Amino acid sequence: MSGNGVKRTPLVIVAAAAALAFVPQLGLPAFYDSLLYLMLHWIVLATSWNILSGYTGYFSFGHGAFFGAGLYTTTTLLARYEWPFVWTLPVAAAVAALLGVTLGAIVFRVKGVRGELFALLTLAITFVIGTIVVNTPLDGGSGVSLSAVPVPKIGPRASSTFYLLALAAAAATMLIAWWIAVSRFGAGLFAIHDDEDAAEVLGVPTYRYKLYALAISCALAGVAGGIHALFLSYVTVGEVFTITVPLTVVLMSVLGGTRHWAGPAIGAIAITALLYAFTAADHAVAGKAASGAILIAAILFMPDGILPRLQRLFHRGGAAVAATTGVPAGDAFAVPAPAPASRADARGPAAMPAAPGETLLRVRGLHKAFRGVKALAGVDIEVRRGEILGLLGPNGSGKSTFINVVSGHYAATAGAIAFEGRELVGRPAHRIAGAGIARTYQIPRPFGHLTVLDNVALATMFGGGVRDPAAARSQAMEWLVFAGLAGRAAARPEDLNLHQRKFLELARALASRPRLVLLDEVLCGLTPSEIDDAVALIRRIRDQGSTIVFVEHVMRAVMALTDRVVVLNHGLLLAEGPAAEVMQRPEVMTAYLGPAHA
Amino acid sequence: MPGFSLPSASLLAQSVLSGIFVGALYGLLGLGLSLSWGLLRLINLAHFGLAFLAAYLCYQLSLAHVDPLLSLVLIVPLLFAIGAGLHWVMARFAVTPFNSLLLTFGLTGILEALIQSVWTADFRKLESAYGNVKWKIGGLYFPLPEVITLLLAVGISFAVWAVLRYTDLGKAMRAAAEDPAVAAAFGVDEKRNGLLLAGLCSALAGVAGVCLALSFTLAPSQIYAWVGVVFAAVMLGGLGRALGPLIAGTVIGVSEAVTMAVTAPSWAPIVSFTLLIVILVLRPGRAA
Repeated sequence: MSGNGVKRTPLVIVAAAAALAFVPQLGLPAFYDSLLYLMLHWIVLATSWNILSGYTGYFSFGHGAFFGAGLYTTTTLLARYEWPFVWTLPVAAAVAALLGVTLGAIVFRVKGVRGELFALLTLAITFVIGTIVVNTPLDGGSGVSLSAVPVPKIGPRASSTFYLLALAAAAATMLIAWWIAVSRFGAGLFAIHDDEDAAEVLGVPTYRYKLYALAISCALAGVAGGIHALFLSYVTVGEVFTITVPLTVVLMSVLGGTRHWAGPAIGAIAITALLYAFTAADHAVAGKAASGAILIAAILFMPDGILPRLQRLFHRGGAAVAATTGVPAGDAFAVPAPAPASRADARGPAAMPAAPGETLLRVRGLHKAFRGVKALAGVDIEVRRGEILGLLGPNGSGKSTFINVVSGHYAATAGAIAFEGRELVGRPAHRIAGAGIARTYQIPRPFGHLTVLDNVALATMFGGGVRDPAAARSQAMEWLVFAGLAGRAAARPEDLNLHQRKFLELARALASRPRLVLLDEVLCGLTPSEIDDAVALIRRIRDQGSTIVFVEHVMRAVMALTDRVVVLNHGLLLAEGPAAEVMQRPEVMTAYLGPAHA
Repeated sequence: MPGFSLPSASLLAQSVLSGIFVGALYGLLGLGLSLSWGLLRLINLAHFGLAFLAAYLCYQLSLAHVDPLLSLVLIVPLLFAIGAGLHWVMARFAVTPFNSLLLTFGLTGILEALIQSVWTADFRKLESAYGNVKWKIGGLYFPLPEVITLLLAVGISFAVWAVLRYTDLGKAMRAAAEDPAVAAAFGVDEKRNGLLLAGLCSALAGVAGVCLALSFTLAPSQIYAWVGVVFAAVMLGGLGRALGPLIAGTVIGVSEAVTMAVTAPSWAPIVSFTLLIVILVLRPGRAA
């Protein structure tokens, strides 16, 4: 997904489709038209399924329902209202998309077992839609015949018309799948796949994106259904709303590779050919068993799919990225605090003239209760622009909860949070990120399937407002230099050590160019010399213009860094002032060490 | 749209009763799923395929004049072995919860194909001495197969509940579900318990399958007809809870039966889905 390939890929798809459009002119037996039609049909279905399910990891078992919705829409419009066939396709797409979005709008609101729940509900909806269709005049229980509907004359004969229609649909679907994969939208979807909460906190509008992806996925399935209605010419609920469609598309995509836009197409071609061989030899049942067996084998032995495996075999792509961006590799601590501070472009928070002492964040009466437990019981805190505020307190005093509530990870039970005068309570986390607040997690939560560079680029694209992925990558590189990770740009997060992961977490938070950074125990688990590095880095973060709220237990760092500290205890504000002075107060010592030491 | 007609009181009462009977089967089918999902973090779609395999085995044995209830002696150990074997593979490859769903999805396809090739796609109905027995009490009919299902479902659900709640084994299983590493540190043999539990879940599918064969006509394609409604019962009942599926299954069964009495039987599949959606909208936390 880098460099020149981005521009060439759509041309390759269009050229391949144009070349394949001449196949009917070859005068091959009609049977080839049908086989090729089926391959393209499954390419559309599998690729469209993958746009939601492969990219975001929300596996849908209801693709048959969306496909069937499109199929019956076209059938109804043709058989009852005698619409021209081509005009039924947009309606089929719209009906399928509407069905999907309605379902998604409900399911995607549920926290917890979202992925599994979505899978099962979509499986159930297949039979629900089937029930509705069979019980209403849409079908009536006996099926609908379309034999009286004329097939539009596009190809030399009817079978080639279907082939050409499916070819157009497949080309369009693959273009869309490709475009999403390389776009900012796709970057957001891939981030959702790896860690949805972290994506939301970095500014990805996860709920909306999932619905968009679902709508696109369903609409394309609807079009495939519309074309297939006329192809079948006699449609029955029993044949359409089955488990076969989801089983097959899941199989094709998992086999081909769900993280690549072209993976499902490769799986579709392989499986269609295989199933065709079984059906041709009159072993349809064995074909079903073979599909199941291949799916199991793929999950156990090749969970990434064919395409990623081939990619790994043929070109060892990783190292190239750092080289092309032209940044010196190696430990970049030698690099002085770099460009980001001086950048005058974008909506530069850093460039904003800092009026020190002005209130940046004003928290009033903040409550957060988890059922009975009051983690925050009415906290008032003010953060002034340009300061480093230490947030201290014994374990369980509410420090992390404070960060989680301010960043929107948890909803506040009561209270007000004003950031630059704007109220944040009740806003989704991605809007809070967009408003200029970034956070780090105590245990780093990088996106596991993205490179270090892409992890940071995601924050640049969403929080940082650089919409173009290429520009976002080059800016992300500067943040990696800033954090001393330039040499690891092409690595996967799993290859980093804890210290580097913490710094990646910092780079990612900074890349959204926040005016306020919430650091949750960034030093925890680091060695003394790593702590020194981190302290220097945090100073540089402040120097380039961000205000910092700093939750920490390492007292040495607190003393060295903070302008002011607040101490929480049992969800309440216990003390506030300069660190050296506050830590001497008897009530603070009691909170930390128990009454005997006070 | 079908017309709405208010059924008579006795018809309604009979509907509620048949709803309880079918709900008990939902609960019995759901119990193994719920335990596997809640305590092993494995979502076993093949549960339905295994239940049908058991049902067909029961049917096959009945052709050799083996009493359906006696066939449990053979079916339960066999399914226990299958379930434990499946779990061994999943544990060996460290299959994630999501991939377990996919893997068992594939396995379901294989089971369906297997059943279809052995017993064909035609409908099969088990003929047994139980089938013709029914009692009439207070104007209501109590068919024996359904009564057996109800008794088995209630008895097994309570037995599992008691085991999980009161025995060391049950507590160890719940602890391992909560935090496998900590449970292991306290001496819980997680691997052995996992195999045991997976075998038990699968054995429960076997019992449910026998009940299925007692009351329903069998066809391979019917495997999927149960998926939606039983998963609804599992999710409404709460994952890993022994009594949850039975209670939720009964609620769904009764709702379905009343819907069928008021509208038309073919509308029944909508009920569970609607209930599930309503619960999700009203109480989004419930499903977690």
